[in-house]
Amino acid sequence: MSRGLLGIEDLPRQEIEAILQRARDFQPPHRQPFPRLDTLRGKVVVNLFFEPSTRTRTSFEIAAKRLGADAVSITAAGSSLSKGESLVDTLNTLAAMRPDAIVMRHASSGAPHFLARHLDIPIINAGDGTHEHPTQALLDARTILDRKPTLEGLRVAIIGDIVHSRVARSNIYLLSKFGADIVLCGPAPLVPKELASIAPGVRIEYDMRRAIEGADVIMMLRVQLERQHETAFPKGEYFSFYGLTLDHFELAKPDVFVMHPGPINRGREISSEVADSQRSVILNQVENGVAVRMAVLERILG
Amino acid sequence: MGKLLIKNGRVIDPASRRDGPADVLIENETISAVGENLEAADAEVLDASGMVVAPGFIDIHVHLREPGFEHAETIETGARAAAAGGFTRICAMPNTNPVNDCATVTGYILEQARRFAAVKVHPIGAITQGSEGKELAPIGTLKAAGAVAISDDGQPVMNARVMRRAMELARSFGLTVVQHCEDLNLSAGGDMHEGVESVRRGLGGIPACAEDVMVARDLLLAELTGARYHVAHLSTKNSMAMVAYAKLRGLPVTCEVTPHHISLRDVDTVPYDSNYKMKPPLRSAEDVAALIDGIAKGVVDAIATDHAPHTGYQKMQEFERCPFGIIGLETALAIALDRLVHPGHITLLRLVELFTTGPASVFGLPCGRLAPGETADVTIFDANLEWTYDVNQSYSKSKNTPFHGRRFRGAPMVTIVDGKVVWSRVPLARSAGGAAPPVLSGAAGATG
Repeated sequence: MSRGLLGIEDLPRQEIEAILQRARDFQPPHRQPFPRLDTLRGKVVVNLFFEPSTRTRTSFEIAAKRLGADAVSITAAGSSLSKGESLVDTLNTLAAMRPDAIVMRHASSGAPHFLARHLDIPIINAGDGTHEHPTQALLDARTILDRKPTLEGLRVAIIGDIVHSRVARSNIYLLSKFGADIVLCGPAPLVPKELASIAPGVRIEYDMRRAIEGADVIMMLRVQLERQHETAFPKGEYFSFYGLTLDHFELAKPDVFVMHPGPINRGREISSEVADSQRSVILNQVENGVAVRMAVLERILG
Repeated sequence: MGKLLIKNGRVIDPASRRDGPADVLIENETISAVGENLEAADAEVLDASGMVVAPGFIDIHVHLREPGFEHAETIETGARAAAAGGFTRICAMPNTNPVNDCATVTGYILEQARRFAAVKVHPIGAITQGSEGKELAPIGTLKAAGAVAISDDGQPVMNARVMRRAMELARSFGLTVVQHCEDLNLSAGGDMHEGVESVRRGLGGIPACAEDVMVARDLLLAELTGARYHVAHLSTKNSMAMVAYAKLRGLPVTCEVTPHHISLRDVDTVPYDSNYKMKPPLRSAEDVAALIDGIAKGVVDAIATDHAPHTGYQKMQEFERCPFGIIGLETALAIALDRLVHPGHITLLRLVELFTTGPASVFGLPCGRLAPGETADVTIFDANLEWTYDVNQSYSKSKNTPFHGRRFRGAPMVTIVDGKVVWSRVPLARSAGGAAPPVLSGAAGATG
């Protein structure tokens, strides 16, 4: 993994297990300050975000700092990209300053894969277009495994705008590698039939109640209005058919819990009551984000 | 000028169904004799033992980028690449800057070609002004200026009424209407063929039906208007079936297929590598099989490259920002041999037809024959020469191809235009007076 982390699809299962295992060591004891480590002292990590991000960028920055590395964050608005420089030139410029890794978020699918072919420096994908968001899937897996002994045989319902979701793809690839039973649900324009073939163990359900039946985990996705070239689904009726409400819990397993990669749209894909309920583990996901990203950075740079 | 005698080759001339050993004698710019054991004491001799001697190849779909995009290609460099691909004649699409929608641009292209091009260049005029799909271009004037067909290639004519009027006019002027079939509403936001791979990679899809719905519409309009209608770079199974049906019903409809669409599937593409990005996109295995079947069954009239140069920096971007298109002149014959002849789908005679009489008839060009009295445009190729394509040796100004480093069996050897050798794979030893230099034998050009 010295070559960075571009996606879950090509990441071997043992590699994922090792990261998830190591992330446990970085989960902070409750209400105690986190000890600062110096594992990565002298290393420089550049966070290059061509799209707005709060939790991922902050979480990578904190992860780097807790390991003793220096983190520099650049957002697109302040970079030379806004002056018309090409992506390759921007990256070459940054690479010439010899950072040890570049964490990158970009609106184009495959942008980090394309750069990885032309640059020598490890690139960590912090979300590329509608393709992958590997560290999100890792932190989601860590969050599930904090509550369940194994991913195998677990029924996970992923609900929402799947086709535009990089979180969904990475989660599908990861859960599939560990033998989970994955149900994708949403309106057909957002859940094309081809999704059932991208990994083993995936099926599609257009009726939300049937998708939730017997679920151990419900992953809700944000309706990504900014990624849609069109109105693929009438906005007004989205919540009535694909919004998660408290009633849905009766159909799922008794100990079902709800995940969401954030930011949540209360009243659009998830009701406020669900978001604030005991079944929501959304803040645990954020917590695990730091731990998992520490494990990833350590593995790539350590 | 003098005489050139091509000896000991296998002459394939689809128009006369000739396929056998013969010599070809060229006097000045004209073929003066085709037959066995020709002698001409004062002729320069070219030994074509083991080679196929064919009428000059015609590519009815290239982008030469001049005027306006000379950083990517010029008429001169594009024509040199064509010669190196065995083509003696190419038809240039009008999406230049300015668009070839008036006699001035048509005249400029012809003049540049006359001054700088190694092969013959025929401009294709625009269907609509600026290829904007709204007001019709002066179609009759374009023809009078030298345009051999009309097309808004790259910018499909979305408005059915405009297309109808264009067909009516084209019919009255005796021009073929060439359409890049793509419903822009269905393909919007797409960067590759819509299927499992596009969904896996998180890329917008261009569904096969974006092509099919426009082919269907246009075939109905062609029937209504009686126009000669040609489907450019046909890429799907359903479009092939519809063109076959239209032909069965006797409509004056033709189609072309590109080498890349018969050699690569969507699953073969390197993810996010823009050398695999073109329109129409590389399709499914099923579509590829249907294209090859259509070629074998005679539905397809021509192989055309859609040679589309883009500079390195244009292709070195995020995948979705990269322009569509790849170069193809120098690899066309090799891919066609590789995918069609060597596996036994078609004969060499049919292959030659797809590069000569087939494309000539699409636009009604008076060429594509190898017979006494014809203009001496000749393509000599070796169907078995093993070579490796190195795009860095390309004559094209642009290097955007997925076939760099690809090993091929079969290659163009000599290209003759108007009786003159304009390109040869290996240097030709000049010798007059009947001494036959073995210039083309063996593995002389094996390194390509």
